[in-house]
Amino acid sequence: MSITKIFDIAGSAMNAQMVRMNLTASNLANATTAASSPEEAFKAKRAVFRTILDEQTSNGNSTPGGGVRIDKIFDDPALAPRIHEPSHPQADKDGYVYKSNVNEVTETIEMMAAARSFQNSVEVASTARELMLKTIDMIKG
Amino acid sequence: MNITNNPFGIHESALRARSERLELLAKNIANADTPQFKARDIDFKQALLKSEKQTMRATHTNHFQISQTAGGNDALKYRVPFNASADGNTVEMPVEQANYGRAAADYRATLSFIQDKSNSIKRALRGD
Repeated sequence: MSITKIFDIAGSAMNAQMVRMNLTASNLANATTAASSPEEAFKAKRAVFRTILDEQTSNGNSTPGGGVRIDKIFDDPALAPRIHEPSHPQADKDGYVYKSNVNEVTETIEMMAAARSFQNSVEVASTARELMLKTIDMIKG
Repeated sequence: MNITNNPFGIHESALRARSERLELLAKNIANADTPQFKARDIDFKQALLKSEKQTMRATHTNHFQISQTAGGNDALKYRVPFNASADGNTVEMPVEQANYGRAAADYRATLSFIQDKSNSIKRALRGD
């Protein structure tokens, strides 16, 4: 029945948005970290979503086709800012530290976008729930 | 109206088509942030015709099964977006929200038609 599938689809979307929100929280928490080389510096993490296809549902995946899953999580390629701070304990031999490439404004917007998408899925699920209850009520009436 | 054979008439298949459309719109909303996702919608008239009519039957071994052909579900259409997006996603959230709300109201309407029919059958059976 189609309506029961809506719960799984909305659930998978909520799950994906929650991962995105977690990544944003982690990025914000690590925004002020510093390292002594550009490779060690914290990179902002981003999630890429992907649609679950119908044929993937059959092998052990309970979410019906059309739901969302996390395709990959990648590091933001933006350069880590190099700052001259010789007194910093993490400074390299030239006195530079490498800050994380997290942009707080971007992360805040990302957080809001994820929250809005999450709310959309909640609304979808609650409408589906109401319609399902109405359908069931018909049997009682 | 035939009480014993097909008491709810067109509304039975209409309810099925409407719940299919709700599911499809839920998929669109779920994939609002998925790159390259193309929003789809159901051409309701064709979906209803399809669920009303019996599907074609393969009466010969060389006939294709209807589900194996590409045009198996011709009621399913891709939505044409108002604006293009950089990541190739064609879901436009306000459009999908409006459609989902409308589809939910349509579902309720069909449900109340069925309810009315079943109430009148019950009244006829009770005879009061």
